[in-house]
Amino acid sequence: MSVLVNKNTRLMVQGFTGDQGTFHAKQSLDYGTTVVGGVTPGKGGTQHLGLPVFNTVEQTVKETGANATVIFVPPPFAADAIMEAVDAGIALAVCITEGIPIADMIKVRQYMQGKATRLIGPNCPGVITPNECRIGIMPGHIHLKGNVGIVSRSGTLTYEAVGQLTKLGIGQSTCIGIGGDPVNGTNFVDCLTLFNNDPDTHAIIMIGEIGGDAEEQGAAYIKANVKKPVVGFIAGQTAPPGRRMGHAGAIVSGGSGKASDKMAVMAEAGISVCQSPAEMGSTLKGLL
Amino acid sequence: MKIHEYQAKAILAKYGVPVPRGEVAFTADEAYAAAEKLGAPCVVKAQIHAGGRGKGGGVKVAMDLAKAKEAIDRILGMTLVTHQTGPTGQLVKRLLVEEGLPIEKEYYVGITLDRALGKNIMMASTEGGMEIEEVAAHSPEKILREVIEPGLGLGAWQARKLAFALGIPPAAIGAAVKCLQALAKAYDDMDASLAEINPLILTKDGRVMALDAKITIDDNAMFRHKDFVELRDVDEEDPLEVEASKFALNYIKLDGTVACMVNGAGLAMGTMDIIKYSGGSPANFLDVGGGATEDQIKNAFRILLSDAGVKAIFINVFGGILRCDVLANGVVNAARALGVGIPIVVRMEGTNVELGQQILRDSGLNFTIADGMKDGAEKVVALVK
Repeated sequence: MSVLVNKNTRLMVQGFTGDQGTFHAKQSLDYGTTVVGGVTPGKGGTQHLGLPVFNTVEQTVKETGANATVIFVPPPFAADAIMEAVDAGIALAVCITEGIPIADMIKVRQYMQGKATRLIGPNCPGVITPNECRIGIMPGHIHLKGNVGIVSRSGTLTYEAVGQLTKLGIGQSTCIGIGGDPVNGTNFVDCLTLFNNDPDTHAIIMIGEIGGDAEEQGAAYIKANVKKPVVGFIAGQTAPPGRRMGHAGAIVSGGSGKASDKMAVMAEAGISVCQSPAEMGSTLKGLL
Repeated sequence: MKIHEYQAKAILAKYGVPVPRGEVAFTADEAYAAAEKLGAPCVVKAQIHAGGRGKGGGVKVAMDLAKAKEAIDRILGMTLVTHQTGPTGQLVKRLLVEEGLPIEKEYYVGITLDRALGKNIMMASTEGGMEIEEVAAHSPEKILREVIEPGLGLGAWQARKLAFALGIPPAAIGAAVKCLQALAKAYDDMDASLAEINPLILTKDGRVMALDAKITIDDNAMFRHKDFVELRDVDEEDPLEVEASKFALNYIKLDGTVACMVNGAGLAMGTMDIIKYSGGSPANFLDVGGGATEDQIKNAFRILLSDAGVKAIFINVFGGILRCDVLANGVVNAARALGVGIPIVVRMEGTNVELGQQILRDSGLNFTIADGMKDGAEKVVALVK
């Protein structure tokens, strides 16, 4: 088993015929993901990568039975694309787009209240269940099927953790990038709950960064509910306060959201916290 | 993007927030003229983006014109050091000269994102003039909150609740409500990520006014506010950061000796951390992004090299969107074109890694190829020692 995505996932692509949509749809197909088609408004009725193109998400879902979507739509139009997917009742929407205005994501969150869709991201690398389904922009070949769940606010640090595990011969159940934006669809607690309830996830790596208190909430959940071993890392221990470190959400403001505070709370919750990002894999190995 | 107090006040005034009469001045003569026009008492305020200006000596109340002139001469051109500027301080190039007002009471009002809620909230406190973080740390019960519902804005009833809870006298409640709603409307229209009036004052004659204003605009929303470009003051930013922003590079200058070029914000932070952990000090944060072009990488290289403190470069890339071959070509071309004389340690993994490493090896240039992030950090730290 795994969480969120598996071999039954039928993936569609929003922004299908654009450069990123094309490149990564192809990568997903090559990885063995069931990609069923995609949307580019105005290009409905044509074919792309041998798959049908539709004008709307609703049509795509109706014609192909898509149950997941990946969004490669530019920032000014991305929130609109997410809401279209939610309206179509799709189970999982993964938004890769970086740079969506905060105000747009606030509206998306409001719109999603009471709806069936789970949103991953935005500003994230996506979700992968090794050997079954790749949704997003991660390099598929570094993954190995196994029993470690990874949840992370950072894309490339997720690859780093995966790379370390795979080198040690430790596989992953599912890897989820929740994204670096301050307002997103899925947080640490959501993913930790999924991993905790998944019998095939035996251990968890949780990768956070400065800004906000999502890690602290995750740590509280772990302390109260999780018996599986958890390794943690927080990026930005050397980040200067008041500066936005690339990700819109990665900022220490007014003394809150500091790496040291997060690490202390996580350690107190029983998480094995690494000082160095090069030690995520070896620390986890030590716990198995 | 941060903007100056005088700019924030001009915008808020358009929305109906009462602000003191005042003028911005770029020269001493302009400032003298403003003071004469406004008359005494007046206030001379340094216009820099950092907070804590008053404590640093950047704000003076002058009871007569001679004192105003003295204050103008002292503040314009001074290097103002506050807890937010860092020890090097910030050169004062603009002044705001304002009428002095008789203050009865000071309050705090501000709007920012509540990340956990995914909504904006208005905060208000009777501790006007104090930083809200300080109030939050010492007397959190003094901070009042109202959630701004997306699409609805701040209701008059919410503004009333806050105004009454702050103890604003009944005669001024109407004006206060109008002011708080105007602030919320401005925040929404501007795509702000922070808007503060600190202090909001009640004058002795019963008027409600914004004595200070601070607005930060969401960088991600700048595409729909082309007119805000002119509000940017590049003098407030590090010259290398300004240069980097021209090429859509996420660069933040730090004080160390090891320059980093990384893909992805998280890995870029992690790279800074591991350099420190390995006994070195990072010279910068640099995320070349997921779709970096060869040209962008060349410019990134040039910017890293223009930092005089840099003794070695650590390139740490785990290819996701970014392909290692594209990176390698950019690095080789830039190193050749710029005649790089300092050591470069390269760690690459991910998409097209073999091709990327081959390009580096075939270049004939002196790259140190690292096996993993730890190895790379240790190698680059050894090279600067």
